[in-house]
Amino acid sequence: MNFLDRERIQLDVSVDTPEAAIREAGKLLVKNGDVEEGYVEKMVEAFRQHGPYFVIAPQIALPHARPEDGVNQAALSLIRLEKPLSFGHQTNDPVELVFALAASSSNEHLEVLQRISKLLGNKQTIQQLLMTGSVDEIEIIIKELST
Amino acid sequence: MKKILAVCGLGQGTSLILRMNIEQVLNEFGVTADVEHMDVSSASGIEADLIVTNSELAKSLPEQQEKIVIVENYFDLDEIKDALQGHI
Repeated sequence: MNFLDRERIQLDVSVDTPEAAIREAGKLLVKNGDVEEGYVEKMVEAFRQHGPYFVIAPQIALPHARPEDGVNQAALSLIRLEKPLSFGHQTNDPVELVFALAASSSNEHLEVLQRISKLLGNKQTIQQLLMTGSVDEIEIIIKELST
Repeated sequence: MKKILAVCGLGQGTSLILRMNIEQVLNEFGVTADVEHMDVSSASGIEADLIVTNSELAKSLPEQQEKIVIVENYFDLDEIKDALQGHI
């Protein structure tokens, strides 16, 4: 399962716009072969077209596109922003955690979404993700979650 | 049986999470309903008893305003419970 392993996490990324944040998070998916480069641009396009609806919880954005936009395998990456960034969402701004989702049409996709729900349904876990000093610590959080 | 739509921009990721959490809340309420997830443009043409989405996307469904229930945090089961209470 390509779910927030150390290859797919980057902490304290410096960006000035939501588009740049989406691209940085998407880059981790491209680097790992989860999606084609075009998928990242589709995520940006979805933001431009539909607005920041994917800021689905306070401080949390979950950009994604469609399976047919160039997904090779279900995966989730995370970038934590150096500075909180406004995405233009009425209640959930500013964003600090950007999870890029490679949305596949397989059963694995469901599994990834269930794990995201479990991870982000827990306010304490979100605080840990915001405060933690290293990718090592995040790995431990994720590991605990799946046991 | 009531039909509930969980709506997001693309109908692929976010709305599926919302649907899973709505189903969990309905389960706790002991209510059975038909919950579907879809993108906002499909949802605009579908008959449903209730549409759950956030305030951003609600703007795109002007003809179904009276059926819309707003949830801003898709992971917050308490917010979903409060939103659904009285509608199901």
